Amino acid sequence: MGEVSRFWREAVHRYRLVGHRCGNCERTYFPPRDVCPVCHRDSVGKMKEFELSGKGTIESFTVIHEVPSPFVRQRPYILAIVKLDEGPSLTAQIVDVDPGEVEIGKRVSAVFRKIAQQGSSGIIQYGYKFVLD
Amino acid sequence: MSDVYIVGAGETKFGELWERSLRELAVEAGLRAIENAGVYSRDVEVLYGSNSLAGIINGQENIGGLLSDFSGIAENNIPAIRIEASTASGGAAVREAYHAVKSGEFDLVMVGGVEKMTDVFGSELIDLTSSVLDREWEAFFGATPAALAAMSARKYMADFNVEKDAMAMISVNDHFNASKNPDAQYKNKLTLEQALNSVAVAEPLNMMDCSPVSDGAAAVLIASENYMKKNKLEGVRIASSAEAQDYLALHSRKSLYTLESAKVASRKALESAKIKIDDISFAEIHDSYSIYGLMELEDLGFAEKGKAKDLVYEDIKIDGRIPINPSGGLKAKGNPLGATGVGQFVEAYRQMKGKAGERQIKDAKYAMLHNMGGSGSISVVHIVGGE
Ligand SMILES: [Zn+2]
Repeated sequence: MGEVSRFWREAVHRYRLVGHRCGNCERTYFPPRDVCPVCHRDSVGKMKEFELSGKGTIESFTVIHEVPSPFVRQRPYILAIVKLDEGPSLTAQIVDVDPGEVEIGKRVSAVFRKIAQQGSSGIIQYGYKFVLD
Repeated sequence: MSDVYIVGAGETKFGELWERSLRELAVEAGLRAIENAGVYSRDVEVLYGSNSLAGIINGQENIGGLLSDFSGIAENNIPAIRIEASTASGGAAVREAYHAVKSGEFDLVMVGGVEKMTDVFGSELIDLTSSVLDREWEAFFGATPAALAAMSARKYMADFNVEKDAMAMISVNDHFNASKNPDAQYKNKLTLEQALNSVAVAEPLNMMDCSPVSDGAAAVLIASENYMKKNKLEGVRIASSAEAQDYLALHSRKSLYTLESAKVASRKALESAKIKIDDISFAEIHDSYSIYGLMELEDLGFAEKGKAKDLVYEDIKIDGRIPINPSGGLKAKGNPLGATGVGQFVEAYRQMKGKAGERQIKDAKYAMLHNMGGSGSISVVHIVGGE
């Protein structure tokens, strides 16, 4: 679903893990947001891009068996919420590992991978996944 | 300002209703509510349609227009719009009706919730239902509603040392109650063993931890005290209404197993009704996944965080201390997204009128109804009952 522009719009943030830092309170956010939820209008125009290290810790994870259509060929896959060392958490797959080895608290690093192929358009999307350290 | 009453309620059977269309379901529920109330549709001043995904599942937007037209009231030229708040659309639509009547602007408002999910199936449907999440930062990476609930569940189980049994008991209770509800999708009782041995959907959640794919519609008529008395109707009062929001994406929230939206909405609804959580006689909660049942029992105020497991074996039963989901809940009555929250009102209305048959709760004074959107980004809480 969707046009090509929907996919390249966020590409830089997904390819290089670029988030935002609030110039008012120095809090960090990923994905990027134009308004800091703490500083509100005081943050407007002060949200600065910054690149995350891609290092983090698994907060929780699941092995998905009933998958959405763009991910049918990857079934089953491991999805996690990863807390990045800079503060923000994100949702991403954990790859190159047996599900039995994944645990809450394990250290992970971001890698650049193919995410999914859209059914009708055939567009291949790229972004971050994570591997165990 | 007027007191607000439910003066009529009706719903279709929930289930995989292959032969029924979106509009047929909605009209059937609406007519049942009209018939039940004993009013005429010409008296309806506003129509709120609640629906979550008809645009992408059925290719049909403009739900307000569709419902008004096929309910036969197009020539009344009343306002008819759709209220969309993801899977909390039903509760949100009743809330708008509540405000419309409470303000004194209108005397009789119809709310019709409908979802026709079986027009799409399998991985295609999972992709569409994932649009209630953050498409760009959750679903893009392979997240589904079940996957997010599963990650809440794993963290919850680890931090509070809770076994899968406690979650499964939410589904066992739902199925037992649904076996006594003629409108429910499932009539089979579920044993703990069956629940624990069903196939994995998103580990640690099994199929029996997940609400099904459902078609269905539900409708209620919301009226002012004046209209009710003038027409000699016997309604059930809506004591209060509250709604609260949280971050859209689960990964942005402070805790993976705390539903701030449910906490805030429950607290506000209780305050506004001037009652305490112990005054609640029973609750319908949004257990689209069994783990949400545990989290909601805690965040709505029925148990301390991590302690819902102490309620699920006895207290939540229909004859227990705090009966939960007498209707059969989302797991077993069914979860036709836009209709689900309105269906909770149908159940509360029947319970309060003593018309709930074999699942009747005795002497219920107040009911709490909790309808949730996405993975917890929206909660709508209503308290029904009282004088
Ligand atoms: Zn800030």
